[in-house]
Amino acid sequence: MPGELSVSLWRGGEQGRYETYRVPRRESQTVLDVVTFVQRHLDPTLTYRFACRVGVCGSCAMTVNGRPRWTCRTHVAKVAGDDRLQIGPLENLRIIKDLATDMQPFFEKWQQAKGAFEPSKTRADAIEKIRPDDPARRLADAAIECINCGVCYAACDTVRWKEDYFGPAALTRAWTLVNDTRDASNAARLRAVAGAGGCHSCHSHQSCQELCPQALNPTAAIAGLKRRTVAAYLKGEIAP
Amino acid sequence: MNVKLYVWQRATAAIMVPLVIIHIALIFYVSRRGLTAADILSRTHGSVLWAAYYGLFVTAASVHAGIGVRNVLLEWSPISERSADTFAFLFGQFLLWTGAYTVYVLVLA
Repeated sequence: MPGELSVSLWRGGEQGRYETYRVPRRESQTVLDVVTFVQRHLDPTLTYRFACRVGVCGSCAMTVNGRPRWTCRTHVAKVAGDDRLQIGPLENLRIIKDLATDMQPFFEKWQQAKGAFEPSKTRADAIEKIRPDDPARRLADAAIECINCGVCYAACDTVRWKEDYFGPAALTRAWTLVNDTRDASNAARLRAVAGAGGCHSCHSHQSCQELCPQALNPTAAIAGLKRRTVAAYLKGEIAP
Repeated sequence: MNVKLYVWQRATAAIMVPLVIIHIALIFYVSRRGLTAADILSRTHGSVLWAAYYGLFVTAASVHAGIGVRNVLLEWSPISERSADTFAFLFGQFLLWTGAYTVYVLVLA
């Protein structure tokens, strides 16, 4: 597949601009390959983030032709029909430099939504048997493959509009743990996601579901949290 | 929006669904029959049923819209949460009392 791509890359911080590079087109080329080519052959000062290159670590998400995507698993052939690519940093996060954003708020919100597993047993206890076909386990399993790439967070209108909103990834993680029968802190978790930045701010626009590279459904997870927190509130188990 | 506001907004929406349908049906009925204001008032005056129907409608709408406006302000304007609370409360009160006055005119005046 000979030819050339016209690639616009975001350069600089918040006040930066797009700069255009010419990159040779190759067979089975990914967007991450394109960015790597620019850094290795055209401008070594280009800053971007990646690690595994195989869709596991969630480090390399960027905005590609206006949509957030995991760049290591996004083939150029799928997104650059006219041999043009515009690659920018993820939206809804502060730009550190070029294509690298500050992910700190994303992970802080994950913590605020009580996204960390709290064990209910010690290592001295017997291992609890969890049936894979148990309904709660199925719900927990549905979103267990989240790789925290930040694509859903960058795609979310509510995150853009409401600074304290936890976002789809953090709330999906909370829903996973709410359904994990081994977890000991569900009351605190439901309280956390029932507050101002929690699940009730979601407008169900479903951009997260549309763009999640793992084909997860954060909108459904958030809807589950809404139902669960409303039930807990009406029973008097949590207060806003 | 926290869970308390969410429950109030959804509950008032659920109350309004049948009320809105009846209200729209009424508008069609009134316009097709060519009823005048005097015709309408003669039917609503002194009616406990119409007072209860529109009283509930006005109350649910003012709560629902107040919460909705608060949400819109918090998401689409730079004002603080406190200011949004104040504005939403005043907006809800405006709807409640203007609506209550309308019900009063329809049924009692």
